[in-house]
Formats: sequence, C-alpha cells, structure tokens
Amino acid sequence: MLIKKPEDIRYSEVTPKSIYLNRRRFLAGIPAAFLAGRELLSPSARALAGSKLPALVKSPLSTTEAQNSYNDVTRYNNFYEFGTQKDQPAKYAQKFKTDPWTVSVEGEVAKPRKFTMDEILKLSPIEERIYRHRCVEAWSIVVPWAGYSLSTLLKQVEPTSKAKYVAFESYWDLKQMPMARPEIAGIKFPYVEGLRLDEAMHPLALLCVGMYGETLPPQDGAPVRMVVPWKYGFKSIKSIVKIKLVASEPPTTWKMSVPEWYGFYSNVNPNVNPVRWNQKTERRLPSFFQNHPTQIFNGYGDQVASLYAGMDLKKLY
Amino acid sequence: MAMAKIRWTKVVVFLLCLGPFLWLGWRFWNQDLTANPTEFIQHFLGDWAIRLIVVTLAVTPLRKLLHLPALIRFRRMIGLFAFFYACLHFLTYLWLDKLFDFGEILKDIPKRPFITAGFAALVLMIPLALTSTAGWIRRLGGRRWQMLHRLIYGTAVAAVVHYYWLVKSDIRLPLLYGTLVAVLLAYRVGTWLVARARPRTSPKRAQPAIS
Ligand code: HEM
Repeated sequence: MLIKKPEDIRYSEVTPKSIYLNRRRFLAGIPAAFLAGRELLSPSARALAGSKLPALVKSPLSTTEAQNSYNDVTRYNNFYEFGTQKDQPAKYAQKFKTDPWTVSVEGEVAKPRKFTMDEILKLSPIEERIYRHRCVEAWSIVVPWAGYSLSTLLKQVEPTSKAKYVAFESYWDLKQMPMARPEIAGIKFPYVEGLRLDEAMHPLALLCVGMYGETLPPQDGAPVRMVVPWKYGFKSIKSIVKIKLVASEPPTTWKMSVPEWYGFYSNVNPNVNPVRWNQKTERRLPSFFQNHPTQIFNGYGDQVASLYAGMDLKKLY
Repeated sequence: MAMAKIRWTKVVVFLLCLGPFLWLGWRFWNQDLTANPTEFIQHFLGDWAIRLIVVTLAVTPLRKLLHLPALIRFRRMIGLFAFFYACLHFLTYLWLDKLFDFGEILKDIPKRPFITAGFAALVLMIPLALTSTAGWIRRLGGRRWQMLHRLIYGTAVAAVVHYYWLVKSDIRLPLLYGTLVAVLLAYRVGTWLVARARPRTSPKRAQPAIS
C-alpha cells in the first residue's frame, strides 16, 4: 500500500495499484501485443509540486481505498476562476499568488478576526485525511488531503447563538484570473458556498491546507480550501478568503446558477437525480466505466446521517 | 476540377476527417487521455461529430459563394464521417457509461432532455447514411432524395440543443455552433425566398415561351 512507503518517496514516484488494475481491466479485451511495454511507463515526473508539510498526523477518518495519482489530481480540475475546461487550471493557475494570504472569520461571532496563513498552519497539528471525493459529474477519486477539522478554527472565534450557517467566499481578482467573468464562465464571482453550522462543526468537514504531504498546488485551491467529503465536490470551496457566520441560509454559486440541478445541501445521494445527472453510479477514476455504485453521503452515512434526521432529502437536496 | 485532381483531393479530405480518430488512438496508446479518459473520449467524439455536421451544412453555401461547384463531391464523405463520430460517441455512452444495460438506457433516453436531443440527432442521421449511395439516389429520384436529406437540418438543430442543454454554465461553444447552424439554415431560407420571388428565373417553373 502506498501509505506504507518510506516518507521520502514522493507520491508521484509510485503509481497506485488501482491505476494498473483499472487499466488491465479495461484493456483486457485488446490484443496483448498492442500493449507490450505500455504499462512499464509510469506517470511522468511531476512539474507542479507544492512544498513539503511537516510530518502529518494519521487520522482514523481516513479510508484505506487505493488513492489516485498526484498527476490525476493536479491536472484535472474544476476551478472556474482559471477556466472552465478541466485542463485549464493546471495551466493558468501556476502564477497564482498565495503569499501573503489572510482569511477573515467574521459575522455572528464573539471574536471576529483575520488569520494569516501562518496562523492557520500553526493552529492545530496537521492531519492526513484520505477521503473519497465525489464530483456531481458522476466521477470520484480518493485523495490524501492535509488539514484539520474546520471546527478547530470556528471555535477560535466563538460563534454566537445567532450563528446558524457558515458562508464561505473564494478569492477573486480579475488581474490574476482573467477568465473569472460571468460572460465567460457563466457563473457569478466571487465563488460562494455554505454549510449549516452543525455540518461545518462536524469533524469530517476539513479545513484543508495540503495534499500528498505537501501544500496545495494553486489549481487545487491553494492555499486553503474546504473538503466536505459527503457532499458533491463543488461544495468544497477553494482558495478561501472569507468565512462568515450568518443567521440564515447563504446563497451558493451553483444553486444560484441552476437551482434545478444543484441544491444547498448537495449531499451525495444515489436516489436524488435531477434531470441533468444520473447519480446512481459513478466512475472511480481512472477507470473507464461508470459502474461503481454511488453510496449515500458518499459512504460517510454512519458519521453524518444523523445531521439530517427527519429531513426529506429528496426535497432538500 | 479535373478528375485526377478531385480523386487526390478526396484522399486528402478523407485523411483530414480520419485525423481526429487517429489522434485519439495515439493518445490512447500513450495513456494521455487525462484523469477522466471516458469524459475525454466522449467529449472529443461529440465535438468532432458536431463540427463535421456544420462542415457538411456549409458545403452548399460555400460552393455557391466561392464558385467551387466541385465541393459537392466531398459532401457525402464528410457527412458519413460525422455519422461515424456520432456513432462512436453514442457507443461510449452505451458501453462506458451504461455498460450496455438496455433497461437503464431505454429509461434514460426519454428521461434526460439532453440525452433525448442527442439521440434524436443521431436517429435522424441513420436514413441519410443508409441512402447515401448513388444507387439510392437513383431509386428515390433526385427530388425525393433531396427532400429526405433535409433531415440533416433537424440533426444540426438537435445537436446544438443537445450541447446547449448539457453544458453546466459556460455556453460559449454551444452558442458558437448554434450561430453557425443558424446562419447556414438562414442561407437556405434566403435562397428559397429568392427563388420564390423570381419564379421565372427557375428553369423548371419557367412557362413555355409560346403556348
Ligand atoms: C449527432 C449526434 C450527436 C452530437 C453531434 C453530439 C455532440 C455532443 C457534444 C458536442 C458534446 C459535448 C462535448 C464537449 O463538451 O466537449 C456531447 C456530450 C455528450 N453527449 Fe452527445 N452528441 C450526439 C449524440 C449523442 C447521443 C445519441 C448520446 C446518448 C444517447 C449522447 C450523449 C452524450 C453524453 C453523455 C455527453 C457528455 C455529457 C457529460 O459530460 O456530462 N450524445 N455530445
């Protein structure tokens, strides 16, 4: 298994078994001669490295499933600020300036304040959290994120009794992100997302500062993002500059854009299929086949289902 | 154009149309299909299907505007290549998305509007591909054959609608194809209106000079 490799081997230097297995499965029917030698090629050395994080604390919340390669996770991104095509963020986010960086935590809190990136990195020991990540586009990956529960940060500012929801906002700067315009991307900027306060305080909700043992590369939401593994990926907002505790449900970007397709909750749910998507199954990349059954709450139901007790998840999707 | 020149140009057009398919094969061979190979393949094939549909529709206006009547000789081939890419595109849906689960497929096609539109676009191409031979033109007669092949207008519209309905928010490309198709169809309407306004210039409708 990958995680048992010695510390100094970079993730990009090993190709997870799953990739070989999936390729074999797909290619099984194709003449072997055609394939001779191809599998010997492992992914090319990586160009998009972050800087190494101190030793990470292992987490019981991690999955043991096979992880995707660093290459996959850094070259295939939905990050509309840097272009709507999946290969664009890896190209156009490279010069994104993430230092200095501050995150303002404000709203219905007793102690509003700004956190520098340094403060965020030192607030709590950084854990490795290996999570399943499920996109609304019916594909999924497994990523070793690094960070700690958002609740750690929120407790610092002491939410008041009026705080019921948490609203997040991404960085937006047309100079650095010339494609982040509604006329181009078709969505409004800055990107905004939200969680109910109890969701945001759930230990699984990760304030993420890295992946694969390193700081986040820009196209994956540097320097700090959310990872909410039981919801569709677009809920996991990138490059956060503002976290505001509020009294009522905040607007969220994709819901504003097409409310029939995207709800506020957007919990992974194979039984909720708005007309655009078929969520019953998913493609566990890099497999070619959409044959992996989708699990309710992306398989995190044991931990999070109680948050939604008594709610009609078909209506409040 | 001389016959030999046309033959050679046909080879070139054939290779140009096949090029994307060979490129896809090359990328497959090099395992260079992105982290989501199915999405890449499916979108690539859909893109080339709609592009070649637009090129097919452009042949008639271009031969008139550029005074290149010989262009008509390439139209069938381009149209058949559009059908080829559309079929492979459909195959990725049947095989990679649905694993040939026809029960699911039959429910899915009417359920999701963008799939319905894509399916309509493809179905409308089937009679055109089947009757694309010289034998069928003779059997149907030029006029009826031409009527039948106007189904391509339906394909083009349905393909644009399919694309417009499936994009998440960035509608620039569906709008571009939509504009191209609208212009190419407007050209047909225009020529039809002109022909109707001046019936005497049309030799078929011209009355005998002496009765
Ligand atoms: C003439 C016929 C068709 C044309 C021209 C066409 C064209 C396209 C185009 C241009 C795209 C988007 C590619 C991109 O984003 O780069 C697409 C996507 C797609 N098409 Fe088609 N299509 C046709 C028929 C069909 C049929 C018959 C089906 C299935 C029944 C189908 C299913 C799909 C699917 C599943 C996608 C991907 C949607 C996604 O990524 O979520 N298409 N098609």
